[in-house]
Amino acid sequence: MNIVVCLKQILDPLAPAREFRVDADKKEAVRGSASLVTNIFCENALETALQFKEQLGAGKITALSFGPESAEDSLRKALAMKADAAALVVNDGHPHPDPLAVAQVLAAAIGKLGIFDIVMVGRESGDWGVGQTAGLLAEVLGVPSVSFVDHIETVDGKLRLKRQTDNGFEIVEAAPPLVVSITNDEHNVPRIPKTRDVMMSFRQPLTRFTLDELGVDAAAIRAGGDYYEVIELSIPVKDVNCEFVNGDSLEQKVEQFAQRVLAITQSL
Amino acid sequence: MSNVIICLFAANGFDRAAQGVSGAGQRLAADNGGRLHAVVIGAADDALQTALSPLAETITSLAFSEYQPEACLNTLTQVCRELAAHAVLFGNDTYSQELAPRLAYRLGGSAVADGIELLPHGDKLRVKRAVYGGKAVATIELQRAPAVVWLRARAFEPAEPREGVNAEIKHVMPEAVPATTRIIERKNEAAGEARLEDAAIIVSGGRGLGGPEPFEDLKALAAILNAQVAASRAACDSGWCPPTWQVGQTGKKVAPGLYLAVAISGASQHLAGISDAKNIAAINTDADAPIFKHCRFGIVEDYKKVIPLLKEKLAAAKS
Ligand SMILES: Cc1cc2nc3c(=O)[nH]c(=O)nc-3n(C[C@H](O)[C@H](O)[C@H](O)COP(=O)(O)OP(=O)(O)OC[C@H]3O[C@@H](n4cnc5c(N)ncnc54)[C@H](O)[C@@H]3O)c2cc1C
Repeated sequence: MNIVVCLKQILDPLAPAREFRVDADKKEAVRGSASLVTNIFCENALETALQFKEQLGAGKITALSFGPESAEDSLRKALAMKADAAALVVNDGHPHPDPLAVAQVLAAAIGKLGIFDIVMVGRESGDWGVGQTAGLLAEVLGVPSVSFVDHIETVDGKLRLKRQTDNGFEIVEAAPPLVVSITNDEHNVPRIPKTRDVMMSFRQPLTRFTLDELGVDAAAIRAGGDYYEVIELSIPVKDVNCEFVNGDSLEQKVEQFAQRVLAITQSL
Repeated sequence: MSNVIICLFAANGFDRAAQGVSGAGQRLAADNGGRLHAVVIGAADDALQTALSPLAETITSLAFSEYQPEACLNTLTQVCRELAAHAVLFGNDTYSQELAPRLAYRLGGSAVADGIELLPHGDKLRVKRAVYGGKAVATIELQRAPAVVWLRARAFEPAEPREGVNAEIKHVMPEAVPATTRIIERKNEAAGEARLEDAAIIVSGGRGLGGPEPFEDLKALAAILNAQVAASRAACDSGWCPPTWQVGQTGKKVAPGLYLAVAISGASQHLAGISDAKNIAAINTDADAPIFKHCRFGIVEDYKKVIPLLKEKLAAAKS
């Protein structure tokens, strides 16, 4: 199996909300002291791919990112987690290319990388949360897609994908090539790479593509906004004053808490 | 060129999310001087058709015995073309999120996720949505028509029925397409239980619970309050409870009268799922936990000490 896992580097979504600022003119978050990390759902995707490869006992996993030079860090981490190869499409233009442009660039890079059986992407990113990459990528590549998958295996030579639904789960049977979006589950929590593997990852080769090399319309992607355009970005204000229950003893505090709970539940 | 199509899944019935989609569709069509059409996906649901009949001009029923994405996409693409859709609105469920971007691509349009406000702007549609895990709000202008949007549940008010009008109902048999993907098993975990999205009271647990056992205590507390139990992503990822319990940006969006967060820090991604809750209360050892910034009231204590006493007091008051 030839698996491509797409990884996006983002501003750490777990950075505290009180430190979060936006640049209203540029319509993007201010980096500040927040670190850059790999989108967690993309790491869930890589973990799912690694487990699938382990189950098969064979296969090749290529980590692919479209982003700024710093996205190399995400790819090195993927190599440390034991992806077999890595490729970066350098985005030297618009910081937030629109979803269709992202899909077109990824599809072009996948074409350059050669044949694939499965492309895995995170269900959405922790920054813009677009949630369309898998669907659009499937359309651009002309293959089927399955969303919200958390586990893949083969049964009688066919792919079986477990996907989460609103009420439970479904088992989907599919044949490659296909695109899947990956969601989180207790079984695909990303592994922590070994120190030795982290060190080794810096010695491994990393393929780089420029937009021009991929033959995509780089000018259009640099301009951004052909599919959709961000008009405004702001931080909503929400002010609720929390009343902490007090009392001399735990007993009294819980009594007060219980009274408040009851007052609300009875008013519903 | 101003027709609005709402796409609803028969299996979900005319739930609050579907009501919101129809309300949003009705207002958007009115703003643009267009017509509202409904598409019902899945086996015939009389209740849904009855509910939509006084709202839409036409109801197209895609008579699938069950949802299969490829066949559904092909048929939907055809129906949207025939009805000259300017905007196509979906709910926020699994299938809608799967279909919407692919449908947009096939129709040459643009899609956007999780809309909380629709703002027509000339012949374009602007959509407000939460980004950066709920820390910011963006207004996005869709450059290509049709605008395909999936909407956050409860962000939109239900529609006003048209008086004395009944939609024309068309049945479309989807063409059989060779299935490239096939759903071979479907399991609903919480069959019979009230859905989290509709729960009046929710007791929710987080990573601070430290393991699966305390969820049993939360269930006991929930039983006294007639509440549903939910969880943060950290608790779900730890395997302490099923993924269907997850509330948040990438989990369920809930709107209870009371949301009681136990040992949940209140990360923005979690808060994104409870912004429609009427009252939030929390039990947390950390007085600086962000959840308290969103609470009506709270208690700064170890849940292990609070829950047993709370159960006792609530049970006593209820009996
Ligand atoms: C793209 C993306 C999407 C996400 N989607 C979601 C989502 O849908 N839902 C979601 O929940 N999260 C989501 N997250 C994760 C989110 O950012 C947080 O990591 C998560 O919500 C934290 O869960 P928690 O509050 O249970 O755990 P923690 O943040 O670890 O908080 C535990 C809390 O328990 C308290 N505590 C500890 N011990 C006790 C005790 N004995 N008694 C009382 N209190 C105690 C601590 O003070 C702390 O406040 C997402 C993240 C990303 C990046």
